[in-house]
Amino acid sequence: MKKKTTKQNIDISKLSQSSQDLINKEISFSKTLSHRSVNTKKKNDLIVNGLYEINDRDLFISLNKEDFKVNLFTIEELLAKDKQREEDGFPRRIRLGKYIKPIKGSQEKIVVVPTTTEPKFYHDDSITEDGEENTGGSGDGEEGEVIGEQQAEPQEGEGEGQGAGQGEGSDHDLIEDAFDLGKVITKKFELPNLKPKGKKLSTNKYVYDLTDINRGFGQYLDKKATIKRIIETNIMLDKLTPGNEISPQDLIINPQDQIFRILSKEKDFEAQATVFFVRDYSGSMMGEPTEAIVMQHLFIYSWLMYQYQNQVNVRFILHDSDAKEVPDFYTYYKSNVAGGTNVFPAYELVADIIEKEQLYRDNNIYIFHGTDGDDWDEDGEKAISAVRRFLPYISRMGITVAKNSWGSEDRDTTVEKYFESSGLLKEKHDLIRMDGFAASQGTEDRIIEGIKKLTS
Amino acid sequence: MQLIDQNTKKIMEGCKERARSFGLDVPNETLEYIVTNRDMINLSPKVMIPTLYNYWVNDVEVLKESGRYKLYPSNPYETVINTRPPISFYNDNNPDWLNIMIFYHVIAHIDFFRNNILFQNTWNDDFVGKALADKRLIESFRSRYGRWVDYVIEFARSIDNITGYFKSLPKLNLHKEQEPGEKMEYFINIFLPDVVKATEVEVIKYIEKYNLLVESDKDNADRLFFADIKLRFPEFDAMFENNYVDSKAEEDIMEFISEYSPFLNKKENQWMKSVLSIVRETSLYFAPQMRTKIMNEGWASYWHDKLFISDDRIKGFETQYAKINSGVTSISRVGLNPYAIGLRMFYFIEEMADKGKFYYDFQKLTDRDKRSEYNKNIGKGMQTIFEIRKNFTDFNFINIFTSQDFVDRYNLFVVGKRLDEERGVYQYYVKSRKAEEYKQMLIDSMTHPPVIKVNHDKTNDENLYLVHEFEGKQLYKPYIADTLIGLEFLWGDQVVLETTEIRIDKENSDENETKFVYDKVLYSVKDRKVTKTKL
Repeated sequence: MKKKTTKQNIDISKLSQSSQDLINKEISFSKTLSHRSVNTKKKNDLIVNGLYEINDRDLFISLNKEDFKVNLFTIEELLAKDKQREEDGFPRRIRLGKYIKPIKGSQEKIVVVPTTTEPKFYHDDSITEDGEENTGGSGDGEEGEVIGEQQAEPQEGEGEGQGAGQGEGSDHDLIEDAFDLGKVITKKFELPNLKPKGKKLSTNKYVYDLTDINRGFGQYLDKKATIKRIIETNIMLDKLTPGNEISPQDLIINPQDQIFRILSKEKDFEAQATVFFVRDYSGSMMGEPTEAIVMQHLFIYSWLMYQYQNQVNVRFILHDSDAKEVPDFYTYYKSNVAGGTNVFPAYELVADIIEKEQLYRDNNIYIFHGTDGDDWDEDGEKAISAVRRFLPYISRMGITVAKNSWGSEDRDTTVEKYFESSGLLKEKHDLIRMDGFAASQGTEDRIIEGIKKLTS
Repeated sequence: MQLIDQNTKKIMEGCKERARSFGLDVPNETLEYIVTNRDMINLSPKVMIPTLYNYWVNDVEVLKESGRYKLYPSNPYETVINTRPPISFYNDNNPDWLNIMIFYHVIAHIDFFRNNILFQNTWNDDFVGKALADKRLIESFRSRYGRWVDYVIEFARSIDNITGYFKSLPKLNLHKEQEPGEKMEYFINIFLPDVVKATEVEVIKYIEKYNLLVESDKDNADRLFFADIKLRFPEFDAMFENNYVDSKAEEDIMEFISEYSPFLNKKENQWMKSVLSIVRETSLYFAPQMRTKIMNEGWASYWHDKLFISDDRIKGFETQYAKINSGVTSISRVGLNPYAIGLRMFYFIEEMADKGKFYYDFQKLTDRDKRSEYNKNIGKGMQTIFEIRKNFTDFNFINIFTSQDFVDRYNLFVVGKRLDEERGVYQYYVKSRKAEEYKQMLIDSMTHPPVIKVNHDKTNDENLYLVHEFEGKQLYKPYIADTLIGLEFLWGDQVVLETTEIRIDKENSDENETKFVYDKVLYSVKDRKVTKTKL
């Protein structure tokens, strides 16, 4: 129940001039308080609040817009603030992380939380002449005796060199970094043609709906359910005899029989996506083309990780003259081989996976293919027919051709040629895009521009 | 959050009486609050100061911790803050007997805060009240300048770990009129050591000479002294004019920026200085706590154990107590626990002093058996540990008392961690049982922020030139750029940082030996673009 405020309407026109002046003066004073309880709508229609209408609480709150109580920001507000930072020219600082608790026999519990760091000048303990990390211990044991072991992260060869086969850091680090990178580039693009498909619950988006049921009180009376309960109660009380007419005034109504709907927080559904990364890892890709493609796919992957978190399933496919699926981005990113090149097995594999797993039913499907444009299959007949197979299911396919310097930097490559002549690029412009550039020009900016072209 | 009930308060007053009879210094007025886990989560990012200014990083922390709490609930037992009157918080899930144990722990912390001389700068402060005033000021800035207040807080906080806490200490005991003049200060502290390269003995001679003059003719001492200096060092006056920097601004970068930044000195930006000063003062307030962690926790553990066991009112809870106490103070197989190390160190020192082992008679003994049997029964243990809690910090506590006897007594060792590449595991092994190495390991784990100073010769309005004094460790690279961007904002123009970076010398390293190359590098930030060049 909304409490009615008592207001007096005063007609002051009949009062003496001095009284009128006094009242007008009072009113003009109260206006300087910027207080909303005094209203002068029309000249002679004044609404003046009673003496007890003004109280400390309202007055001070209206004077002080800032709330001195704990005013915690929500994740959404914090992210909005973070976006503002970027516009102000400072690097973003908040990233979303999650706590995961594995539970035996059921799905792990996940809580999404914001995290941040405060950059300061700190000593870096990781690289010193001492080399080893030391800590304290106690108990028995000779010097040199091993007292415990811990599984190490997979070690990789160190080096800053060329190609995807080398690199530093572990799988775990890569994903952490990907997250960071995604944060940086996330503003620049978004998935095209994203359609509401699938039934996956969102982890951090909610809607409010009148879905909860409550007896006795609530926001909205569910009349049908209430009548049902009243009748049940009255049957139990022998108030009703089957066959006889029911007269409502004879029914006993228990307040607990009133069924209400209550506003409740419901998890929202989000569109789900599956993204295929397809990469040529044949011999001709060695060096610059691989670097450019891997970097581009890393960017896309990072951005997906950040932006769509649990809503994106990612599949990785590598091909030379044959195609295979690999389990994670790390393997995808690091693998290198020297073999011939056929594009069609990869496309066929993608089409097979989509059809076999019926991914098109619940998923928006995206395919990103990176190649140097080389294909032993000159006319690309098989490749094009595979593309035609999966084209009806997908939301976008993006092909990046990073051309080799020794080959055809300024000429069209085999892949470009057969895609051109198939007419697909024009015919299905909304679904398929191609971007070709010289691998030697594969700077970060060029690569991001490429992603924009592929996803616009 | 509510005050503890009267019944418990009465029991706690009894605890105070018992603690006082052992010589602990506990004030009559103390405040105890019962808090929920939720309160704890909300307060901990604000270092438990309920009135600390609002800042979004704290909010992120609160959200993160509440997320964690959903999956991994935990009950922190207590926490105490150093303010006047002292305030402590108790978890609402604690049983009464536990609160008594905790209160003894808290009493010892309070005693430590009130007596350890490193805390001298905090002795007169009602920090909670001061924080509230600061918070209000910041809120009023927020209503005027909006989000820019948060940027200034952020950039100030980016250098709040390198505040010159120790540099601010010597002046604490100096009477206003005892402070040397600007000229004298520059002459003694900068001109002699840096320009003339005078030895310490020479510097002291100058000081004595000056003191003699002051004694004989106080009013003219300065004039006479510097007249003589002018003859000897004709360049002094000019150098003083050009290079003198207020000694307050010499304390740390934040003070320097606050004093000399062309951007902050603009009329419309003056308010930023207040923000800087709030952030700095807050950081300085916690500086002594960070430097007495082992001692403070050791001292509190020592006393809660001693006082709880001797308290007749809690008979029947000995086993529950023993379980919690051992959880707090047990020394783990691998890892460092400041409670455990500190507690054992106090026990060890007390015993040494009781037996007279700090005397030279003992120190000169080399015979192992004689050393262990040595006992003069002089009973100075208690007095000694009280002296130590007054005059020591973690560094000299550990540096002086970590002897081989201590390490052997508690079966301590340094744990090394190495990679077994074949099996893909890290191995933890007993690296050393030598006292020297154990001590070094403890010292390495203490707070030691990098030393970063302003180079006055290269600094001007368009350029703030910072130099990192390399101590064998490089700066954590991923943070350098972001920190510099913040500093550029505060200075209003280019900021430069000279530092040293370490990399592995691949060509000259082999399996047995890793060699390092030290590169002097220069980071500079201009228009929020950070570049790095080799020097």
